[in-house]
Amino acid sequence: MIRDYFKILVVDLETGTGKVENIEGRDIYIGGSGLGAHLFNLYGYPERPWDNPEQPLIFSIGPLTGLFPLMSKTVCSFKSPYHDQFAESHAGGRSALALKFADYDALVITGKARRLSCLSIGMRHLEVRDIQFLAGKDVFTTGKILRKMYPGSGHRSILRIGSAGENLSAMACINADTYRHFGRLGSGSVMGSKNLKAIVIQGDGSFALPENKSYPEVYRKVYEKMTATDMMSKYHNLGTAANLSTLNELKSLPWRNLQATADEKIDNITGEKFADEALLRNGACAGCPVGCIHIGFVREKFMEQNQYLYRQVAYDYEPIFSTGSMLGVTDPFAVLGIMDEIEKVGLDVMSGGVALAWATEAFEKGLISEKETIVPLAFGNSDSYKKAVMYLGEARNEFYKLLGSGSLVAASKYGGEDFACVLGQEMAGYATGETFYVAESLGFRHSHLDSSAYSWDQKHDTKDENEICDVLIAEESARSYVTSMVACLFGRGVYTLEQLTECLESVGYDKIAENMQESGDRIQALRWKTRFDTGYNPDKIKIPKRYLNVTTWKGKTDPVFLDRLKEKYASRIKELVSAESLKNLKIDIKSK
Amino acid sequence: MKILTAARMERCIGCHSCSFACARLVHKLLSWNTAGIRIASSGGLSTGFEARVCLACDPAPCAAVCPSGAMVARKKGGGVRFKRDLCIRCGKCAEACPVDAIYLDLKSRPYVCIHCGRCVKFCPHECLELRDSEDKNPAGEGKP
Ligand code: SF4
Ligand code: SF4
Ligand code: SF4
Repeated sequence: MIRDYFKILVVDLETGTGKVENIEGRDIYIGGSGLGAHLFNLYGYPERPWDNPEQPLIFSIGPLTGLFPLMSKTVCSFKSPYHDQFAESHAGGRSALALKFADYDALVITGKARRLSCLSIGMRHLEVRDIQFLAGKDVFTTGKILRKMYPGSGHRSILRIGSAGENLSAMACINADTYRHFGRLGSGSVMGSKNLKAIVIQGDGSFALPENKSYPEVYRKVYEKMTATDMMSKYHNLGTAANLSTLNELKSLPWRNLQATADEKIDNITGEKFADEALLRNGACAGCPVGCIHIGFVREKFMEQNQYLYRQVAYDYEPIFSTGSMLGVTDPFAVLGIMDEIEKVGLDVMSGGVALAWATEAFEKGLISEKETIVPLAFGNSDSYKKAVMYLGEARNEFYKLLGSGSLVAASKYGGEDFACVLGQEMAGYATGETFYVAESLGFRHSHLDSSAYSWDQKHDTKDENEICDVLIAEESARSYVTSMVACLFGRGVYTLEQLTECLESVGYDKIAENMQESGDRIQALRWKTRFDTGYNPDKIKIPKRYLNVTTWKGKTDPVFLDRLKEKYASRIKELVSAESLKNLKIDIKSK
Repeated sequence: MKILTAARMERCIGCHSCSFACARLVHKLLSWNTAGIRIASSGGLSTGFEARVCLACDPAPCAAVCPSGAMVARKKGGGVRFKRDLCIRCGKCAEACPVDAIYLDLKSRPYVCIHCGRCVKFCPHECLELRDSEDKNPAGEGKP
């Protein structure tokens, strides 16, 4: 065990100074999601708006980060510009290990820098530097310049934003080490609102390991499961992109703003197709031998006489859905080209792609015209999309500014709310059925990863809302535990509760291993309580009409069942934060 | 004698499993610095990775400059042995190494590869290889 409390660094950008704080509660809040919510309760202001300079931006890791493979994620907690409520986003890259080796369990950033700045921290340093000269620079250029300005290649993490974050778009992501992202719900704009262009975390410390025989042995066992068995081959081989053909076959892949759920053009953008034609190599988050990052390439002719340039773009299932099928673009290189532009401006790829899909249909229906969109939008027209992405990131005009605040915000002005594919936020790529529509709409992160709704839909055709809610609530509790350990969710097959117990015990965290079920429940409730404190109301969330037209392998959406399920799930979430439940779980945090 | 070579770094995914294995098993530490092998990107992640690891020089420049006899040449096959008790932490070895293979920690203690090969099993992409130092034409070298 490295320590039985949390050691966190609180940086105030206003003064450029920080403070190391030791916080109790390791056994209760564990790390990641739990720690993030706990710290928001200590440092956040539920009543103040998201861009109030005092609101904290929190990055937290887990007790086993660095100690075991795939313990490679960081949780970012913040008040979201999308809906002004408490939110969470997860990313890998090197961020988690860099924080660990800088010797912190969490980094809390408050205040607003006077000019655009970069925060750099490490085991032995803390500095806020003026980098106003990087204003408006894209994510790649910013990364390149920062790499030269700061030492520690290979053992540091560079988090940065692009124009979308600087322009306070509700869809701006934080790019983590080029190929990973704190994607959803606008964390990039929280950085933007703090005048924080980048964070460089240098992992230059080292720690003594427990002097027992069991730690290296347990490590070896876990490592072997992660590499030598076929448990992880799905992620290593085609990666999540393998899902494209599966979901298309199940009539669950959104096409052209969800006007269809399957299309024979799928053959051009399957995981196999990308692997055969566009895959350049694989990459990994630090500490992960699985290597699920698939890096493809785009090649562009920029001059006659065969003058080409090429760029590398990481792809996954979600980015291909949102810039491919959703926009009707069915050439792998065109898809990668759009993703590349999205990366540059620092938008969340799912939100950006889905918002442009709505804009395209609105354009086709004559609700908007080139006066608003500047370029003609049409499904399949990747050249237009590349430009539109830039305008969206830059918030070029009023239309793009509104669209950057969310499709429904734009639709409330221009019309077309019925066909906005918004489930709490711009949808993830699983038009699998009622369970998923409800779960993503109301879910804590509005993410397909909050619970297993999308996989439930793929396997069950029952309409028992009580049974479904039991599954969703239980799954969310289990995942709350895992995301507090901050294991990569891809490792969940290996990290069973028994395996986690063995890992925790081998490094002396016996107490965290006790009562995992209760810990999961408590963290789940704490996160929801924090969310409600910042204004969450499940009854106010609407599921747009478009979802009633959707047909999956189960047939058309059943509107009566959809409503019933939504109501039930909302009531179950409210139960989680009832006075009695909070008392049972011993949650008595007073918010500021 | 055996030597460790990072023969197939084109395959490297940057997982750092090798460094962690060395730090954990050889040095009993949790770190990605205090290890005989360290992975860096060759200029941003889009350019691939390189390994900072001892090339087993023969004679070894790092041993030649060590004033206290802590860094000594291995009997055969190149490379060095490091005798921690004799080290005065002057950092000359690290300075003399042409490929930045010696890491000085925050207290200036040197870390260098001892060519034991314990990292090899932990590389998921078979980038690393332990081979006889006499073998001038190792199987993997140059082959991706
Ligand atoms: S540490 Fe450096 S100088 Fe010494 S033998 Fe290895 S490569 Fe050569
Ligand atoms: S061969 Fe041994 S000493 Fe060298 S890097 Fe590998 S594990 Fe470390
Ligand atoms: S273990 Fe292999 S793939 Fe991973 S960083 Fe080391 S050399 Fe690269």
